[in-house]
Amino acid sequence: MTYVALSYGDLAVAATLILVNGAISLAFRLGVARHLAIAATRMIVQLGAVGFVLKFIFTQTSPLWTIGLALVMIAVAGREVMARQTTPFTGWWAYGLGTSTLLFVGTMTTVFGVGLLVRPEPWYAARFILPILGLMLGNTLTGISLALETLTTTARRERTAIEARIALGAPRMEALAEAMRQAMKTGTLPIINAMAASGVVSLPGMMTGQIISGVDPVEATKYQLLIMFLLAGATALAVLLATLGGAHLLTDERHRLRLDRLRMSG
Amino acid sequence: MLKVEHLVIRAAAPISFEVADGACMVIEGPSGSGKTSILRALADLDPVEGFVFVDGAERMEMSGPEWRRLVRYAAAEPAWWSATPRAHFPADAEVDIERLIASLGLPRTMLDQPLAELSTGERLRLALARSLAGHPKVLLFDEPTAALDPEAGALAEELIRFQKQAGRSVVLVTHDAGQASRLGDFRLGLSDTNAEAVS
Repeated sequence: MTYVALSYGDLAVAATLILVNGAISLAFRLGVARHLAIAATRMIVQLGAVGFVLKFIFTQTSPLWTIGLALVMIAVAGREVMARQTTPFTGWWAYGLGTSTLLFVGTMTTVFGVGLLVRPEPWYAARFILPILGLMLGNTLTGISLALETLTTTARRERTAIEARIALGAPRMEALAEAMRQAMKTGTLPIINAMAASGVVSLPGMMTGQIISGVDPVEATKYQLLIMFLLAGATALAVLLATLGGAHLLTDERHRLRLDRLRMSG
Repeated sequence: MLKVEHLVIRAAAPISFEVADGACMVIEGPSGSGKTSILRALADLDPVEGFVFVDGAERMEMSGPEWRRLVRYAAAEPAWWSATPRAHFPADAEVDIERLIASLGLPRTMLDQPLAELSTGERLRLALARSLAGHPKVLLFDEPTAALDPEAGALAEELIRFQKQAGRSVVLVTHDAGQASRLGDFRLGLSDTNAEAVS
């Protein structure tokens, strides 16, 4: 099996499908044509840029380049978590909670997956670390966003019940237990669904890429399983940490519910 | 005894008062004057400036949950988080609960009935009983009988009177002048901008 390189002309033909998407939006007045155009342009620019950046970094021998780009990826993912909240936290924590969770979980699971299981030479090989970190961040940021959104929405909706428990002497974690349970459940559902559908409903993106690149399907499957295990662990850990952190920010040291720490106009 | 010093609510002038053991202070004032805010502040549910003591101990000397087990706030509109009433009472207060709900004219079997099947009045009386479980020293009632029929309201008043006799300090917000005179020993009058104690 050999790798078949794509020409820019091939890509241009494929890009016409985006026009179909835009035509549907206009025909049915969905009102998403502008968003679609912006999203498609962003995707082309971002993917194009990252292709060149990765090509440059793969040729470097210093781990600092790998770490530098990893930090940029984490910072952007953290911002995305904040942007997905309808009522983000006020102040630095609006950005800090998601970013610190992604930093910790992304680093832990990437080091575990690459350093202990894949074991490339050298250990900091950007070709392994950055794609795997990217997969971790993409999935965990979805989990964190969903968990935090569910936590804050539930806390606002169930405010009277949560405060009733607090008024009866419940500690904050007990008062928020149901909201936290809902948040963690919602945050972990996408990865559970993805695992259940893998290989039957869809072939995961990385596995598809490897197969198209000429890798033996069984070897590609092994890599995909490794990634799915890492993702499951990373998402669960990230959702737990973000929910615990969110619950702490929603309350104070006197165990009071502090919805004033949410930016309601956000 | 409940003692309050320089409590600042909504940027109004600081409020100070004392409610002795077995006494009831009624807070009066127009809607929006801060009556509920005072009750919430006393229960340490909102961050406010000022000092609140119970039997000489200031609220900051203990954790929030410990304070709220001493100073119990019963909201005007009680909320529930489980399907049946029993789950809303502390597990270690079983005997206490059945006695309490019986004194409010409710059968003990109601503890295991779905809350959705109970009337507003029944739920209000259960919430009143819930606020008394665990023997708090100070009780903060926010219009406890507003939605009750006269008979249930009289039972609730009797229960509050019994709590006074048992030595608990009571702070009551009510729009019922008759209830204020029946239960209250003194009043705290609130205007839109200030508070004054009226004996």
